[in-house]
Amino acid sequence: MNTVNNNHTMRLDLSEAQHWIAPGSRVLDLGCGDGTFLKHLRDTKQVHGYGLEIGPEQINACIEKGLNVIEHDLDLGLGNFADGSFDTVVMAQALQTMNYPHVVLDEMLRVGKECIVTFPNFGHWKARLHLAFRGRMPVSDLLPYEWYDTPNIHFCTVRDFEILCAEKNITVLHRQVVNEQSSRRLKDLSPNLFGETAIYHLCRNGA
Amino acid sequence: MPNTLPPDSVGLVTPQVMHCTEPLTLASGKILDEYQLVYETYGELNANRSNAVLVCHALSGSHHAAGYHRMEDRKPGWWDNYIGPGKAIDTNHFFVVCPNNLGGCHGSTGPTSINPATGEPWGPDFPKVRVRDWVHTQARLADYLGIEQWAAVVGGSLGGMQVTRWALEYPERLRHAVVIASAMKLSAQNIAFNETARQAIMADPNFHGGRYLAHDTHPKSGLAVARMIGHITYLSDHAMGEKFGRELRSGSFTPGNDEPVEFQVESYLRYQGDVFANTFDANSYILMTRALDYFDLAREYDHDPVAAFSHARCRFFVVSFSTDWRFPASRSREMVNALMGAQQPVTYVEIESSYGHDAFLLPNERYRRAFTLYMARIAREMQS
Repeated sequence: MNTVNNNHTMRLDLSEAQHWIAPGSRVLDLGCGDGTFLKHLRDTKQVHGYGLEIGPEQINACIEKGLNVIEHDLDLGLGNFADGSFDTVVMAQALQTMNYPHVVLDEMLRVGKECIVTFPNFGHWKARLHLAFRGRMPVSDLLPYEWYDTPNIHFCTVRDFEILCAEKNITVLHRQVVNEQSSRRLKDLSPNLFGETAIYHLCRNGA
Repeated sequence: MPNTLPPDSVGLVTPQVMHCTEPLTLASGKILDEYQLVYETYGELNANRSNAVLVCHALSGSHHAAGYHRMEDRKPGWWDNYIGPGKAIDTNHFFVVCPNNLGGCHGSTGPTSINPATGEPWGPDFPKVRVRDWVHTQARLADYLGIEQWAAVVGGSLGGMQVTRWALEYPERLRHAVVIASAMKLSAQNIAFNETARQAIMADPNFHGGRYLAHDTHPKSGLAVARMIGHITYLSDHAMGEKFGRELRSGSFTPGNDEPVEFQVESYLRYQGDVFANTFDANSYILMTRALDYFDLAREYDHDPVAAFSHARCRFFVVSFSTDWRFPASRSREMVNALMGAQQPVTYVEIESSYGHDAFLLPNERYRRAFTLYMARIAREMQS
């Protein structure tokens, strides 16, 4: 059964996020990478999905998987998609690389009835320690870049993100934080301190 | 003049002819009582006839898409870079069919053919042909070859327009549509270039209102200029700059020197124009450019491309090239957006190339790889 296989190769944030996607729904995956997630959704939930991607190798990997992949620069926006044309718009680990993450979020909720975003939580205790005691920008296995060459140009913490959602009148349907070495108790106690990766399931208020 | 043919070539090929005696009603309302299509095939049709690929040619193309007619041929068919054993359209897996379009001048019925009503060449009286007429005759060819459904219909430029028309006209008869460097309709600028080319032909004193064959001549210089205009638009500014720059072929700008100066690019364009004018028929060129101009995929769907594509039943692979200004990437994106709007399966790649519109014919590693992967997927589906 390829569910098992896929869960092996699928990142933790995406294996959590899949539970929020209904079978047979329409999904737009922004920055779909090699298509692992879309393929999993197609094979296990028969979703009708498109992936947007800009990297040639990733696009080729999607073509090999027989996925609907569209070469598209996300910084050009989603103006080519109609309002509410997807059930769920997904953006995994890419919000922090956008020029205007808050605009992207608005666009995701315009095009999709719901959206799922995952991002590295800069409020994690390791990041805080890195900055507090070493006086340097955090570098970790998940975020291996130096400050000058990182594609991650807009970092935020779990708290920052929720403040933005509140300001924008966005409803948080679900929130999860995940870790490589996970301690459920600590994460539940303080997600902003103990979650490495944040996963949000959002919709517009009243939607 | 190869003594041996390259191992990834389809080798020596012989054109074949389908003669159709069933009258064909054209989009214009005119009826052709009979016609013939010349075509080539590469590879083998499999037992359940599921591996056939139709290749649609562009404005100046022909049925000779791959391989060689004679060992002495200097050049292979026009898409030999992408058709052959181990190539993107892999003839180890696919049975490839490429016809010369109706109205052409490479063997299919066209303006140089004899009009049975007069016993003279049709010339300018050959009925106007539209893209859908080509699609209908290609469907007759599929019937003739016993092909119920194409694994894929593939084409670049004007060929891509035939592909999209196929998807709407015969939705059940193709599984994949591969649309390369094409558009859902021409822009005003595109039509303007075509009209300038046509006027160049018509201004040639040897044109004789299209009845040049009766005068035992042909508008060679007009057709050459038409081709030169087209050729400029198929290349990018960058590609021309890189290939020719301001290099001189003869003469110099040394003070006191009055000998005539000829730039390399002038000589190149004239050569291209001359070669073309010797092998192409002027009335065919006019007919084909008009078919290009008239094409508008969504016209009959209330000009709504989403509504148009909602009739399709196949999967789409769309390719564009970064410096193509004749069929720019933005036009392919319009098509992709309409396909997504119609919830159709589609994959789209935008290939970096400095070679303009011609890039779809030329070697390019990323293009080759993506095209190959997509075709390999089609081949895999045939097995399962």
